[in-house]
Amino acid sequence: MNNHDFPFGDHSLSARASGALWWSARGVLVVSDLHLGKSDRMARRGGTFLPPYETQDTLSRLEAEIEATGARTVICLGDSFDDLGAEQNLHPDMRDWILRLMAGREWIWVEGNHDPGPTDLGGTHRAEVALDGLTFRHIATDDGMAELSGHYHPKARIAGIARPCFLYDARRVILPAFGTYTGGLRAGSDVLSGLMAPDARAVLIGARTYVVPYGAC
Amino acid sequence: MSALPPYIQDWFDARNWDLHPHQQAMLDRADAPATLLVAPTGGGKTLAGFLPTLVELGAEPDAGLHTLYISPLKALANDIRRNLTTPITEMGLNIRVEDRTGDTSQTTRKRQRADPPHILLTTPESLALLLSYPDAPKIFAGLQRVVVDEIHALAESKRGDQLMLCLSRLSTLAPDLRRVGLSATVEDPAALATFLARHPDPCAVLHADPGPAPDIDMLHTDAPPPWSGGGGTYAIPAILEQVKAHQTTLIFHNTRAQAEIFFHALWLANEDALPIAIHHGSLSREQRDRVEAAMVAGQLRAVVCTGSLDLGIDWGNVDLVVQVGAPKNVKRLVQRIGRANHRYNAPSKARLVPANRFEVVECVAALEAVRDGDLDGDTRGDGPLDVLCQHIMIMAASAPFSAGDLFDEVRRAGPYHRLSRADFDDCLTFVATGGYALRAYDKYQRLQMRGDLWQLRDPRTASQIRMNIGTIVDSEMMKVRLKHRRGGAPLGEVEEAFAATLSTGDTFLIGGQIVRYEGLREMTLEVTPNHSKTPKIAVFSGTKFATSTQLSDRVMGMLHRGDWSALPAHTADWLNLQKQVSRLPAPDRLLIETFPHDGRAHTCVYGFAGRNAQQTLGLLLTQQMELAGLNPLGFVSTDYATLIWGLDLPPDPGALLSMDQMRDGFQDWLNGNAVMKRTFRGCAVIAGLIERNTPGRRKSGRQATFSSDILYDTLHKYDPGHLLMRITRDQAHEGLVDFGRIEQMLTRVAGRIDHVALNRVSPLAAPLFLEAGKIPIKGAAQETMLARAAEQAMAAAGLAP
Repeated sequence: MNNHDFPFGDHSLSARASGALWWSARGVLVVSDLHLGKSDRMARRGGTFLPPYETQDTLSRLEAEIEATGARTVICLGDSFDDLGAEQNLHPDMRDWILRLMAGREWIWVEGNHDPGPTDLGGTHRAEVALDGLTFRHIATDDGMAELSGHYHPKARIAGIARPCFLYDARRVILPAFGTYTGGLRAGSDVLSGLMAPDARAVLIGARTYVVPYGAC
Repeated sequence: MSALPPYIQDWFDARNWDLHPHQQAMLDRADAPATLLVAPTGGGKTLAGFLPTLVELGAEPDAGLHTLYISPLKALANDIRRNLTTPITEMGLNIRVEDRTGDTSQTTRKRQRADPPHILLTTPESLALLLSYPDAPKIFAGLQRVVVDEIHALAESKRGDQLMLCLSRLSTLAPDLRRVGLSATVEDPAALATFLARHPDPCAVLHADPGPAPDIDMLHTDAPPPWSGGGGTYAIPAILEQVKAHQTTLIFHNTRAQAEIFFHALWLANEDALPIAIHHGSLSREQRDRVEAAMVAGQLRAVVCTGSLDLGIDWGNVDLVVQVGAPKNVKRLVQRIGRANHRYNAPSKARLVPANRFEVVECVAALEAVRDGDLDGDTRGDGPLDVLCQHIMIMAASAPFSAGDLFDEVRRAGPYHRLSRADFDDCLTFVATGGYALRAYDKYQRLQMRGDLWQLRDPRTASQIRMNIGTIVDSEMMKVRLKHRRGGAPLGEVEEAFAATLSTGDTFLIGGQIVRYEGLREMTLEVTPNHSKTPKIAVFSGTKFATSTQLSDRVMGMLHRGDWSALPAHTADWLNLQKQVSRLPAPDRLLIETFPHDGRAHTCVYGFAGRNAQQTLGLLLTQQMELAGLNPLGFVSTDYATLIWGLDLPPDPGALLSMDQMRDGFQDWLNGNAVMKRTFRGCAVIAGLIERNTPGRRKSGRQATFSSDILYDTLHKYDPGHLLMRITRDQAHEGLVDFGRIEQMLTRVAGRIDHVALNRVSPLAAPLFLEAGKIPIKGAAQETMLARAAEQAMAAAGLAP
């Protein structure tokens, strides 16, 4: 199964093997934690010189998802840029690429802890977004209802194999990180088990999706 | 002949000691630019290295560093300080001896830089660190001698390459510097001399009297070794008898896991409660210190150990070495035997305990090789470029440099004397700007050219460089502690990959005790003592030795000869059984067995091509099987065979061995496999692309760190010509991927393949099931397994997928 469809409130959502979430009824594609420009930020702050190709890799996968779904709206769930400087330092080709992807569709940048301010790329910039009763924000809140968020980069391990994953229960969905240079936080870690209900599910991603009970990972 | 000054001569006379001839020879050669001394353990090698220093310094030496002593082990540096201080005090010399290792306090280190001792004892990493400071020229300006101990061990790894680069720098700072290398018996002393010497200076090799031939034999046991298994527990009654009959016995194992299992079984059988301890690299420092102290105090009758005791302190009362498991390498065996050196000029005594019947053949072959004095060894190639990248950073941290001067200096190091300017420049570019085809970092240059000199753009980078010094790249390890409210006793470390497979309630062995996994607390495994008898096996990393090619040739020869008179009856019987049930491997033919076992389809290929080539064969064959839809899951290789398991049996395994198919896309396939990624990680850490994990950083941000595999995949996709990819390919080719030998083997075999389809494991294949170093295949089968596991988990929870 390439994608895992699941009901969420009154809506039907699809967790895609790429790590993107597709809401077909509204034509909305959601991706979280792109961390574009991560290598630039690390180098700028005196860290190591990572291969500076993660932005183009992330954008090419995002482009493929937009093409595959025909999304009319794209919501980036925060930490789209590794910091605001990373956005300003984008290579002109990468900037043009993003503008090309944005053209002809609604594009919403949700603020993340890495990228709190507006960018000059256009689109809409929001702290959070409400659509048809669903709330899109970067970090899950304790009392969140019908809430979709990112931030934690959840990953799970089944049969000894670790993969990034979606987590969902009746109240919230937490998306995996879509960016190329991202690691993961164990789905069973304290902070995530504090958020997710015991009957939650994890959807592991990669070549295809795998659904398991949250308690099994 | 150089005479000893009276205060040293008197000291010798007072003890009724004479100089050994090699000690005299070292004195006579004190002015030579480089000398390599090859001597057995306990031959007064260390004193031979230091005598010229004591003579030169005299009774009332001037201040300043005179001699630098470098050892691969911190513990050895400590020990030498004690052993050296005694004669210096007794001779009434005013010579200061200090050590400087990772354990030395900040205050002492600072003081040592301002006011160095006459003799400084240190490790390669601590020396590299010293050379990274701006005051290095001042510290080393008067340096006269450098003594590299256990150089044979250092020369086998990148630590030795780094050390030689550092010696090259020392020779620039102190042009009169003379070098001495101290080595155990090696197969090619001339190559080691070239490695040590300042290129192209000569380096003479001195041989100490090797002493009497060792008393070495198989250990005779009542019970025959099992058909398979790696533990050697069947021999415990016989080994306990030996322990009782000797003063102190060292019981060597090849892996930490085996040492743990053996130790546990030994304790259960130790009815006389003989004081026996365990020592290996995964145990906590405190535990190892306790064992070493008890050993020095003569309180122990035996120590179960691994390669962690191959080097180090000479324990005078060891009179027997027991090697459990095939020795894998004749040279290492000879060096281990040398640990039983209670009296110089008495033969050292060793007994071999094959763990299973295949190893009987290997042990007998090794005994023959020792008696023939036929040492094995693999020649190492030129110095690796990842180490050079790190060295360039260290030099930059110390002072601005001219590229031309540094290039010349680097070429004076033995392992780098063939280095091309183009490779040097690539390393320099990598350090300066990352060296990517997409020149993204020109604005952030780590190194900048000012005038004619390269220097750090931001001097604060120096401290970061210093934190990443060293060429030892451990796999990710996690600490194990006893669970206690205020943090219990540390027990040791296990690999993170092993830790990830544990669920609460699982039991495993560490430090000879069975413990129960309770949970994770701040990246530490918490465990409680457990009294069950059968633990889940501990999977420690334990150094995996590859049997040398020379030794596997001997083994193949022995099987082929058909004359098994040198073998014990049980082993000859086993080979006969193999002959009945299946076939024996023959030169110029290739035996392939297929059989089901434990719900998996197994294919075993007996190539006798050496571990590197068998490993490559495993990678190539599994790729063919993946393409053929046979769902391979993994494989393991020894020097003799490759065992592949998966979901489906190949109907015609010979068809998988088509040379053309294998060569097609070889390079492409090579780039994607796990071995390359593992190699890449090591190179990337050494070259400074990945920073070492410091405990604090790991705790704070797990989601901020990501796997080096992602970096590898990204480079492979967008910048395959990058320096680090080139280094990775070179090292993988050298160490693990021996494609040429596969071609030779297949050409020799020329399609003469003996395929035997069996309904169960064959006698010859059985030992392979216990081999460490299994390589998983991340292919379709992994996806199938994931899907099955996911379905099972959903079903177990009463949910529809």
